[in-house]
Amino acid sequence: MSVIDLEKAFQDKIDAEIKIEPKDWMPEAYRKTNLRQISQHAHSEIVGMLPEGNWISRAPSLKRKAILIAKVQDEAGHGLYLYSAAETLGTSRDQMVEDLNSGKAKYSSIFNYPTLTWADMGAVGWLVDGAAILNQVMLCRTSYGPYARAMVRICKEESFHQRQGFESLLVLSKGTQAQRDMCQDAINRWWWPSLMMFGPKDSESTNSDQSIKWKIKRKTNDELRQQFVDMIVEQVKLLGMTLPDPNLKWNEERKHYDFGEINWEEFWNVVKGNGPCNKQRLAARNKAHDEGAWVRAAALAYAEKRKNRLKTKAA
Amino acid sequence: MNIQIKKFYYGDIPEENTGGTGNTEKSSGELSWPLWEVFIRSKQGLDHKHAGSLRAADAQMAVENARDVYTRRQEGVSIWVVESKHVHASNPDDAEMFYEPASDKIYRHPTFYDLPDELKHM
Ligand SMILES: [Fe+2]
Ligand SMILES: [Fe+2]
Repeated sequence: MSVIDLEKAFQDKIDAEIKIEPKDWMPEAYRKTNLRQISQHAHSEIVGMLPEGNWISRAPSLKRKAILIAKVQDEAGHGLYLYSAAETLGTSRDQMVEDLNSGKAKYSSIFNYPTLTWADMGAVGWLVDGAAILNQVMLCRTSYGPYARAMVRICKEESFHQRQGFESLLVLSKGTQAQRDMCQDAINRWWWPSLMMFGPKDSESTNSDQSIKWKIKRKTNDELRQQFVDMIVEQVKLLGMTLPDPNLKWNEERKHYDFGEINWEEFWNVVKGNGPCNKQRLAARNKAHDEGAWVRAAALAYAEKRKNRLKTKAA
Repeated sequence: MNIQIKKFYYGDIPEENTGGTGNTEKSSGELSWPLWEVFIRSKQGLDHKHAGSLRAADAQMAVENARDVYTRRQEGVSIWVVESKHVHASNPDDAEMFYEPASDKIYRHPTFYDLPDELKHM
C-alpha cells in the first residue's frame, strides 16, 4: 500500500472509532503528537507531586496527612501509567526522565506556582485536579489505545482528588475568620493559573485542528475552559467564597458564563521557564534522580547476582 | 501475498523498542531496568487480565511495584508479571488473513441451526 492509501485507511479507522494500537501503521506526525502529549502529561503528574509534597509533613491532622499522602501516591502512579503508554510509541522511560530533568521536556505550567498556605492543598485539589479531570475525561475516548486505557484508570482515581480538595476548603470556609481569609486567598491565587491549564486560545493553538481530526482531543481548549468556568462558578457558591474576576457573569444568549481576559503574558512567561518555581521544581527532580542513582544501580546488581546464583545452582 | 506469520513482542510494546530487549545503556551510561507486563486477577474465579507495564530490576520487584501501581484500591487478588521480551504476539498487518477463515464458518455458532420451537432445553 502506498503512504496515501495507508493514511486514508488510518483516517477511516479513526472515523469509525476504531482505536489505534502500538503496532498499527500510523502517520509519523500522529506518533509524535501522541508521544509529546503523553510524555508531557506523565511529567506533569510527576512534577505535580512537588507542590503537594511540600505540605505532607505539615498537614493539620493525621487524617489530612493520610489523605494527602494517598493523593500524592496516586499522582506517582498516574505518571507511571503514562510513561508506559508513551513507551509503546518507541521511546524509553529513562529517555523521558532525562528530557524532563534536562529541561528539554515540558510539563503543565500550573506546577510552577508555589503552595503558600494549607488552604492551597484544598484549592489545588478542587481547581487544579478539577481542571485536569475535565481534560482527562475527554481523553478516556482518545484514539490511541494505550493512552485511552491509562486515562480510564486515572479518571477512576481522580475524583477523590477533587472531592477531598473541595471538602477541605468547605471545612475552612466554616471556620474562623482567619481560616476563611486563607481559603479566599488560595482561591484568588489559583483561579487564573487554573484557567491557563487549558492552554492557549483556540485562535492561537497550532495543534488543535489536526488533534481533533485524529481524535487525540475531542474538545478544543476553549470548550473545556468554558465547561470548567461554568462548573466552578456554581461550586464556589457552596463555599460562600468568590472568584477573582469582576467580569464573570451569566450570558443568557450563550447559556454560559462570560469571563475576563487571561493574562497571556504571564502564561507564556511560565511556559518559557520564568514562573515562580520553575527552577526549584527542576532542581528537586534532578536531586531526587541523582540521589537515587545508587539505588537503581544496586537493584540491578542484586538482580544480576541472584540470576547468576540460580544458574550455578541449576548447573 | 505474504503468508508468513512473524513473531512480535506483546502488543503494547513495539519490537524495535529498547523495552523488549532487556537492559540497555542510557546516554548517561547508567543501565535501564527491564520492562515487565503486568496481569491482574481482579477476583477469585476470573482470568488474569493485562493491566499495563512497568520497569523493575527483577521479578520480585516487578510484583511489588505492580501491587503499588495497579492495586492501590483492591483491584486485584493475584498478580502475574512477565518480562516484556518474553511475550510474542501476532502481527496486526496479518490480522485479516489470520482471523479471516473464522468469519465464513458460521456453523460454529449455535444460532446457525434452525430447530422447531417445541424443542426444549437446548
Ligand atoms: Fe493525576
Ligand atoms: Fe490528581
